Amino acid sequence: MSTSQLQLHRVDKIYGVASTGVHAVKDLSMQVNAGEIVALLGSSGCGKTSTLRMIAGFEEVSSGSIEINGTPIHQLPPVRRNVAMAFEGYSLYPPLTVRDNIAFALKSAKLAKSEIASRVAHVAQLLEIENILDRYPVSISGGQQQRASLGRALIRDADLHLLDEPMGQLEPQLRAVLRARIKHFIKERGLTAILVTHDQTEANALGDRIAVMEAGLLQQYDTAAHLKNSPANLFTGTFIGEPPMNVFAASVELHDNSVHLLLAEAVTLVYASSEFDPRVLERIAGVKKLMLGIRPYAVRRAASGVVATVVANQWLGDQTHISTSFAGSNLVIVEHDRVRLNKGDEISVAIAADDLHLFDSETWVALSHGRNVA
Amino acid sequence: MLETSPLETFLRGVAILLVILFFMFPIFWIVLMSFQTNETILRIPPSFIFEPTFDNYRALITGKLETNAASLDIAFMRNMGNSVLLSVGAVLLALILGVPAAYSFARHKTRFSEDIAFTLLSFRFAPPLLVLLPLTIYFQKLGLSDTYFGLIWVYQLICLPLILWIVRGYFEDISEDVEYAYRIGGHSWFETFRKIAVPLAGPGIAAAGLLAFIFAWNNFIFALVLASADKQPVTVGALAFVTASGIQYGQIAAAIVLSITPTLLLAVYAQKYLVEGLSLGAVKG
Repeated sequence: MSTSQLQLHRVDKIYGVASTGVHAVKDLSMQVNAGEIVALLGSSGCGKTSTLRMIAGFEEVSSGSIEINGTPIHQLPPVRRNVAMAFEGYSLYPPLTVRDNIAFALKSAKLAKSEIASRVAHVAQLLEIENILDRYPVSISGGQQQRASLGRALIRDADLHLLDEPMGQLEPQLRAVLRARIKHFIKERGLTAILVTHDQTEANALGDRIAVMEAGLLQQYDTAAHLKNSPANLFTGTFIGEPPMNVFAASVELHDNSVHLLLAEAVTLVYASSEFDPRVLERIAGVKKLMLGIRPYAVRRAASGVVATVVANQWLGDQTHISTSFAGSNLVIVEHDRVRLNKGDEISVAIAADDLHLFDSETWVALSHGRNVA
Repeated sequence: MLETSPLETFLRGVAILLVILFFMFPIFWIVLMSFQTNETILRIPPSFIFEPTFDNYRALITGKLETNAASLDIAFMRNMGNSVLLSVGAVLLALILGVPAAYSFARHKTRFSEDIAFTLLSFRFAPPLLVLLPLTIYFQKLGLSDTYFGLIWVYQLICLPLILWIVRGYFEDISEDVEYAYRIGGHSWFETFRKIAVPLAGPGIAAAGLLAFIFAWNNFIFALVLASADKQPVTVGALAFVTASGIQYGQIAAAIVLSITPTLLLAVYAQKYLVEGLSLGAVKG
């Protein structure tokens, strides 16, 4: 199977006139290694689909270059890029049956009939669509169309497989099963794939690395664990993780042996200086105002600590979300047991130095994660 | 569905009957006239009872018009042939030019594409007489007057905007991604146009072609001015029945029946498409 490497170099996409148009993708540089699955993750309008369409050749690159295996492809027509794609809107050919839709590219590549048949059968089995192969797109459900569209992309021997929200229409159980199967299928064949999604679970499950995009900019490009533990900026910090990271504005006071983080409503978090790498102290010394981020599952209820008042308490079946009023803002705590707390109850919370994420309040760039410098 | 009372059903039936009578009576009367002689047509009071005659049709088909005063040669069948040639030729040319143009307007939006498309549509707004005089002069200079090609060219004023606007709407309704999916599967844009876009817009192209055919067939003024007798279509040819010795109502009626038959059959056959086409695709479903 063919494997390849994709390189985007300072890619810009502007829709319309340069001065007044929409700047959908800004100065995007990233590399996808051969055999790697990369997820482009972001909210609607963040530029992820534009990026995918530029790679496929459906949108022109406003500036910058795209290379596959070192060969610039951004000026080639789609037909010459050897890229396969599964579309968010399925885009099956209405006059063809599901089987013919899936086999289409193989037929135009003039593969032997027996080979086409066995590959279609394999992909259909993988995606659980064997029973609808002889039906037409109009007569099957959205989820089935989506799987057919995915099958049409996966069956090809392309240099690169682009998957645009490939499982958005599927039921949760099926999605979970297919994620594992598709990942196995891609890895087994050594295919290189880019997946566009707004679903973190999907990005985590499928992607070897995740590129987080927002407002046309690549915010961070890293493994799922790194994104969670070491967000490069406040955006990634709050975007990744469910429920989102708690964020408080704070100012810093460095004493001889302690660090004081002063939050609103006179709440102060005190830590021993020894709990931080000296470079962290150096860095935050120069920053008067910063943003303090704490993951909800990192907040502990303790016998003594800072007081928070319970605003809401929800048991979700497998975890409890306790929403509290803390330092003039909202602090969400996640616990895995069912917790009996009522609105208005006061609790003490403890936040370990290891769980602090500090960001520059102006640039939003991460300063430290736990005791280490970012 | 709401229940309707028997009275309402009855009144609706009456209303529909009245509408049908109103619109169908002229056609019905003309069909009756086509089987009568001038004498029975012109008697007062008119009557539905008469002895049918095929003389009018015979005269048209044989090309000999017998009047009270003399025997005249008429070129009705030739006119009919001209109508077919001009309308079919005009629609074919308009399809060859208009379908790719419509695709281009639907898919490749540029700064001026809306303006150009609207300018082409605006040809339908201008009264034909406005352009006829300059056209006549140009055609004489270019040697195009009284040629089939010249007429087919002028008929583009009627056919091309129709095809362009109707087909464009259909192309716009096809998901671009379906075409992209085909292109990325190893095909050029031209193959995509031919094998995906055109077949998917097929009903729209058929509707536009039919409408253009009917409009071209019914055209009168261009052929009247720009062509001589042997190139004229039936619409103009019918004038020959207004003779020095009187108006040949029976033959005119027969000529009308024969000349509307093709368009009427087309309209009945492709009623659904025509309604879609006339509303520029607004009632698709």
